[in-house]
Amino acid sequence: MGEIAAGGGGGHKKGGKVRSKKMSTRIDMTPMVDLAFLLLTFFVLTTTMNKPKTMEIRIPEKDDNSEPIDINERRVVTLLLGDNDKIYWYPGINPATLQEANYSKSGIRKILQENETKINALFGNKEQSMFVFIKPLDESNYKNVVDILDEMKVVDITKYALMEATGQDKNIIQQYAASMGAPNTP
Amino acid sequence: MGKVKPHRSSPTIDMTPMVDLAFLLVTFFMLTAKFRPEEPVQVTTPKSNSQIIIPENDVLTLTMSKEGAVYIDVSGKSARKQLITNMGEKYGISFTEEEKEKFAGGSSIAIPMGNMKQFLALDLKAQKAVKQPGIPKDTAQNELVDWIKQARLSNTRLRVAIKGDENTKFPEVNKVLKTLQETNVTVFNLLTSPENDK
Repeated sequence: MGEIAAGGGGGHKKGGKVRSKKMSTRIDMTPMVDLAFLLLTFFVLTTTMNKPKTMEIRIPEKDDNSEPIDINERRVVTLLLGDNDKIYWYPGINPATLQEANYSKSGIRKILQENETKINALFGNKEQSMFVFIKPLDESNYKNVVDILDEMKVVDITKYALMEATGQDKNIIQQYAASMGAPNTP
Repeated sequence: MGKVKPHRSSPTIDMTPMVDLAFLLVTFFMLTAKFRPEEPVQVTTPKSNSQIIIPENDVLTLTMSKEGAVYIDVSGKSARKQLITNMGEKYGISFTEEEKEKFAGGSSIAIPMGNMKQFLALDLKAQKAVKQPGIPKDTAQNELVDWIKQARLSNTRLRVAIKGDENTKFPEVNKVLKTLQETNVTVFNLLTSPENDK
């Protein structure tokens, strides 16, 4: 038996003990727990969803006055990024050997790896590894560029350059498309 | 033979520790969660195997929509306020304190400076309805250069991140890259979403 503590600010009751009612001390917590877990689930899901990854790239400075470097043509592989997720590529500087590839593991990745081993076998030192020119054509999109840069990372190619496609490159593609289109037409 | 009476145990379990834990976690997630202002444009970033996580602060995000419109966003309220003040000075537009606050509290923005005052005069709901044309980035009229320059002046530790849509055409991307080169931002980040099938 005890006195009921008066709620904040209330005066004391005059004399007479008040019997506290015997009530169950258990409260049904289920709805509260439901709510708590609902909120918990909500916050867990919203926080983990939000994790963008990033890739760092470097571009040359605008007023780059350094001497252009001479690269042995046999070390060079040129990639032209075309429309509909197509890659056109040729080794060296002879566009006549142009071939088509896609962005899959067995596509461009395999080609890059093969060329890398070939070039490494030819020159045999790390200083003179493969050099990749990436030229996105106007029809290519941002995804293609990111994909190919990602591929550079996966294949571990350290020497590559992103450059603008020239009119000459466009002609090469047109010629290629024309030559490919010919056998298909009856 | 008498039946064996099942032992009657109370069906109530003391849930208090569980509830304590649940609320602790709720509180934790609530406090760590950051609500960002809604982005004016939805962008699907391309996937990559890259694992680097972008820092939360001191980031200048250039969002590129499918159509190639560029939206600019700087993290940090004070940095944003500084930025709009600087941009106003540069373009000879004086923004009121209220307009600056509005800019600072907003998200990505893609309004040419000429229309900025008009845009900031609108309330949030009306702003959302506006189709933002993108920050001019052509060689003839390149406001993006000034945005980047001013943003870097007000915060020297600023990193530039590009958040492009998968389907943005390369010539549009190239314009942004050229602009970055012009402002001597030669190191920057491309935001991607993690690859999940490899």
